[in-house]
Amino acid sequence: MSIGEPVFPRTQSVVLQALSNRSFVVGCVITAIIALMALVSFYWTPYDITNLVVADKMKPPSWQHWFGTDHFGRDILTMIMIGSRNSIAVALVAVGIGMCLGVPLGCWAAARGGWIDEAVMRFNDIVFAFPALLSAVMITAIFGPGAINAIIAIGIFNVPVFARVARAGAMSIWPREYVLAARASGKGKAQITIEHILPNIAAILLVQGTIQFALGILAESGLSYVGLGAQPPMPSWGRMLFDSQTRMMVAPYQALFPGLAIVITVLGLNLLGDGLRDLLDPRLRRER
Amino acid sequence: MSAFLARRLLIGLVTVIVASIVVFAVLEIVPGDPALLMLGMNATPEALATLRSQMGLDQPIPVRYLSWIGGMLMGDFGRSWTYSSPVIDLIVERGIVSLPLAVISLILSTAIAIPVGIFAASRRGRAADAISMGATQVGVAIPNFWFALLLVYVFAVWLRLLPAGGFPGWGAGIWPAFKALIMPAIALALPQAAILARVTRSAMLEVLGEDYIRTARAKGIPRRKVLWRHALRNAMIPVLTILGLQFAFLLAGTIIIENVFYLPGLGRLVFQAITQRDLIVVEGVVMLLVASVVIVNLVVDILYAVVDPRLRVKA
Repeated sequence: MSIGEPVFPRTQSVVLQALSNRSFVVGCVITAIIALMALVSFYWTPYDITNLVVADKMKPPSWQHWFGTDHFGRDILTMIMIGSRNSIAVALVAVGIGMCLGVPLGCWAAARGGWIDEAVMRFNDIVFAFPALLSAVMITAIFGPGAINAIIAIGIFNVPVFARVARAGAMSIWPREYVLAARASGKGKAQITIEHILPNIAAILLVQGTIQFALGILAESGLSYVGLGAQPPMPSWGRMLFDSQTRMMVAPYQALFPGLAIVITVLGLNLLGDGLRDLLDPRLRRER
Repeated sequence: MSAFLARRLLIGLVTVIVASIVVFAVLEIVPGDPALLMLGMNATPEALATLRSQMGLDQPIPVRYLSWIGGMLMGDFGRSWTYSSPVIDLIVERGIVSLPLAVISLILSTAIAIPVGIFAASRRGRAADAISMGATQVGVAIPNFWFALLLVYVFAVWLRLLPAGGFPGWGAGIWPAFKALIMPAIALALPQAAILARVTRSAMLEVLGEDYIRTARAKGIPRRKVLWRHALRNAMIPVLTILGLQFAFLLAGTIIIENVFYLPGLGRLVFQAITQRDLIVVEGVVMLLVASVVIVNLVVDILYAVVDPRLRVKA
């Protein structure tokens, strides 16, 4: 074996690299557990959420109810499991909106340059000038509270984020030689963007998507906390925290578990994003 | 430098104008007639028509837009339909709660984040670095309103040191008012501090790898002095950018925190105004916030030049 030859074949070393990245592994495990919890909740929950057992209301954590029960006697673990669907769905669709609108916008700006680029960037500035949370509250309050409007409100603010990331990424790919070669062979800008630019910026978009996913979960919990997200009886983590607030004196555990669910989910996604960034962009490794 | 600033100023101005059109248009297409909402469903058509003309709702849209903009420039934000007092009075009355809240949390967040970031950077790769960055990772993930609930439980319910909510007003004295603001400020500051500490650390790490830092160390300047004098100053640009963004976030972030603590601030004002369809109040507060975001970003641009003299020459 000569010097400089990789010790492991490439595919194996990628797996090893991934497994030795602590952020990535922990993030993956947490995210998988949360996703699994949401999936399982479709088929099985410890209790029936629609079954209100008044005799069991406000029970502290016990073997029967691991996380206790709420003021209607509903099992809190069950509510957290079902609530995870709502958080994940809202944040995921909001990221989807941001990507579907933002990435083409950013790629278009990078491909055309000139005044189109300038216009797209100024559009971004304008959206960024609106404090996102305030505008989300405005949108949901005006068009009515509910999960769909929360998705739109959070999604709109993902658009400039993805536009910016896609543009910056695309700008760094355009001067490359293989792009030049593609242009010389007569390919149009749209075709080059699809064939060469997008595959090369997919990694940074994935990382940004993970981060926006986490931010979306935080934003959704804030909106449902002020009563503008998912509406009862659909359980949501933010709404559960709101309900717990007035019972802080007697049942502090009601505020503990939904909050922990949010923190753990967001933490898992952020760690996953960090790990992915390290793995996909070796230049940035250990710099953050 | 002046060309750079002139360009930024122009962009800021255009941003505010476009934003005003967006705010006006969005609230224009909102379902529901404010006059009808004020008078109730049983109002006679005559009373409705009188009120509509009093409120200027019978004017064409461009006229109303221009008179709204013109009024705001003169400090006249119109009259609230539910509070029946000038919007500017409401903004001032609520602003004296929200602004100190945002400022206190910004100070707290900076005071925590910058030392932590520098400390972590200077101990790069060691246990102290890993622990402080792990803590910031958790801090970023905590929703501020949940952290607020935990604070209420510990300091108001359990220790009974601080009030759980409400605001006595500045007239009750500085100390009681400050006591009412301290928990909301901490709750707002913590997640911001976590973000800022991470930014500070990575900016410091970048700078610490530069040649002039090695030169300074080689000349025998003590480590501590190199860190605070040479490195920090050069690491300030990304830190300032985030600080500018965070101030805007803090001003708007009060909307949820003020609801947790029942603080009569701008966030609560706008929240109540939205639910009561008091659109003129919503428009006024949102425009004020957008304008302050633009101004803060401009100030940050000017500070860049102060921190980095190269920018003064370059542009």
